[in-house]
Amino acid sequence: MSTREYMLGNVAIARGIVEGGGKVISGYPGTPSSEIVDTLSAMKERDFYVEWSVNEKVAMEVAAGAAMTGVRSVVTMKHVGLNVAADPLMTLSYMGVKGGMIIIVADDPACHSSQNEQDTRKYSEFSLMPCLDPSTPQEAKDMIPYAFELSERFGLPVIFRPTTRISHGKSNIELGPITEHSVEAKFEKDTSRWVMIPSNARLRHPHLLEIQDDIREELENSPWNELTINENSKIGIIASGLGSVYAKEAMENLGLEASFLKVGAYPVPEGLIRKMYEQAETVLVIEELEPIVEDRCKIIAKDIESPVKILGKTGGLIPRVSELTVDICVKAIGEAFGIETNVPEIAEIDMELPPRPPAMCPGCSHRAAYHAMKKVFGKKAVFPSDIGCYTLGIQNGTVDTTLCMGGSITVASGIYDAGEKQPICCSIGDSTFFHTGINGLLNAVYNKANITITILDNRITAMTGHQPNPGMGLTSTGEPTKEIDMEQLCRGLGAEFVETVDPYDVKATEEVFKRAKDFEGPSVVITRQACVISARRAGVRRIPFKVDTEKCIGCRMCVNLGCPAIEFDKESKKAHINAMCTGCGLCSVVCKFDAIVEVQK
Amino acid sequence: MSSKASEFDLVISGVGGQGAILASDIIGRSAVLEGKSVRAAETHGMAQRGGSVVNHIRIGCDLGSMIPLKGADCLLALEPVEALRYIEFLADDGVIIMNTESVYPVTVSTGKATYPPVDSIVEKLKETHRVIAFNAAEKAAEAGSRQATNVVLVGALSNFLPIKMETLLDRVKEMVPPKTIDTNVKAFEMGRSMVE
Repeated sequence: MSTREYMLGNVAIARGIVEGGGKVISGYPGTPSSEIVDTLSAMKERDFYVEWSVNEKVAMEVAAGAAMTGVRSVVTMKHVGLNVAADPLMTLSYMGVKGGMIIIVADDPACHSSQNEQDTRKYSEFSLMPCLDPSTPQEAKDMIPYAFELSERFGLPVIFRPTTRISHGKSNIELGPITEHSVEAKFEKDTSRWVMIPSNARLRHPHLLEIQDDIREELENSPWNELTINENSKIGIIASGLGSVYAKEAMENLGLEASFLKVGAYPVPEGLIRKMYEQAETVLVIEELEPIVEDRCKIIAKDIESPVKILGKTGGLIPRVSELTVDICVKAIGEAFGIETNVPEIAEIDMELPPRPPAMCPGCSHRAAYHAMKKVFGKKAVFPSDIGCYTLGIQNGTVDTTLCMGGSITVASGIYDAGEKQPICCSIGDSTFFHTGINGLLNAVYNKANITITILDNRITAMTGHQPNPGMGLTSTGEPTKEIDMEQLCRGLGAEFVETVDPYDVKATEEVFKRAKDFEGPSVVITRQACVISARRAGVRRIPFKVDTEKCIGCRMCVNLGCPAIEFDKESKKAHINAMCTGCGLCSVVCKFDAIVEVQK
Repeated sequence: MSSKASEFDLVISGVGGQGAILASDIIGRSAVLEGKSVRAAETHGMAQRGGSVVNHIRIGCDLGSMIPLKGADCLLALEPVEALRYIEFLADDGVIIMNTESVYPVTVSTGKATYPPVDSIVEKLKETHRVIAFNAAEKAAEAGSRQATNVVLVGALSNFLPIKMETLLDRVKEMVPPKTIDTNVKAFEMGRSMVE
């Protein structure tokens, strides 16, 4: 193996975990974090344990348990996953760990594939756990072995926060040596440490506060924070994480002479900031999302009565939303210091481009399930939904709400409890149901919500890149395991109406939905059909369909399904099925003129 | 006009499933093997297939992966509308290499939006830039498989990259499925010969 490789950021992070001697790695899939556990799971030779857990809270506690025994552990998730895991997080900081534990939380500024763009550094402040914020994939990898050591040194988990551009960035990576970290797992009983009853928590909280200064000092001298003083300039630039590389490029473009502080580790390096204040009269703080460094900078200036002027998000030079770019940094520096800039003006394209919104795949079984659902419940029914590929059903009129993972059954219950007169039918995917839908169903049964719950069971966690889940009978590494019986689970939660149907069988699906709608109390419909992508990978080939142009009258019923395989030919005014057809047959059932037929072999 | 931070900036745009990532990886790995630093970014939305995708690749760059506006030396478009969609990243003296075969978005197939004539897209782009436009999918089919469309375009691009042709071609051989090596080598060479 060469020591210099071209790698995805998440693959580099996985490599960092191996180099640092991680022994137990858990996670729940979520873009942009998923490839870390995917990579570790796919390794042929492993001297560590890796799992996809059923949700982030579970994953966090698994990793915490492992770290209590003295081994090094990692938990991975996306930013919103940390909300699910916030309960263990906030007390784990009191309790601490024995073996090094890293909490990897991938942020998604600009909401590339997320429902919000919250900033995990806020959780670092809140939980009082240190946070590492890499500026490049290389730094991301290098920070991981360091994070294990830092965690062990202070007996506290470390938050590691890559963003989309790190996790889904690619770069040449210099590989490091693999640490031999053979610690035998041994849980040592110590109730004062591992049992957070009030009397113990009251002692651990001051301890957590006491070690903050030591952590800050340690990080201040780490390679992740870096101060360069320019004695010829009264300008200071402070930039954090990814923002630091954009800021550097902007400074190079402008030929700006300035002192520069790169912040890559939190708590914020107060000593370095104070040193910068000795040289700079005006400081521009460049960071993505929340003004975390900026606010600290203001507090420090006030504390030491420094006359330094702090610029950044206050005053609007640096946006608090979305991602930063080099151009944003160039403009901000230009405005802040009265420098002429050359950010190009982009002319409007005087040609209308057709939007290309994300769409469900040709032959996706969710499309068929949604079609039957809408037909039976009617357009006026309320359709709360959840997070997964099926959220793309927003195009089909069957996604009326999407709040968070597991927020379909519960929101549906609330809408029912409020007295909504229209029928309510919610949808949730198999993996999302296992994640946090189970509690929602239990609550719906317990509190007698008269709603229909559709579990769109495509036998995989599709949207994040096809990870296995408890319904598949496979672990993350592909080992066979108990396959959770979804019907039995729902019945166990108290649901009395539980029926499973193949959504490709449109008539049968409609019949099941009719019975579910008529049922008094919570009814569960499980539409089961494998994801078309995984089915194809497994070798499933169905006969594709074509349009009989003699019979097609151009009514567009099939076209309106929104399947990428069905086009409308404007000249002939007839539908046309293209090469993307996977043979699900939904359109042939929808066609009232029998104009859609299987391609003859 | 590449910015000072990078030797060569490239934007690859297309539709999910067209192989933009493989094209980026062939180039990225080749550059790394030639000892250059590379920063690349993949942007794809929620859909597994069919969404608009854009990759930035910066060769000889040690900073961030995102190319500034009008910073790219070349725009490689696997699909015509996706060339126009990301034109803001191309420098005034940058080159466009594009496939002229369209992939209709659902908004077009369902009649909610119209797809502009491909000729008019090419003409529009030619008003401001040097454009190398051809039906790469047909070339790929001629080479043996339409799946090799991305490799045809990488072949055309190889005329402009600061990377040896042999390095790129070796990566193609290494990275495509073994059974398709001959097809892809042919596809690469056909693409390469599309540039005078």
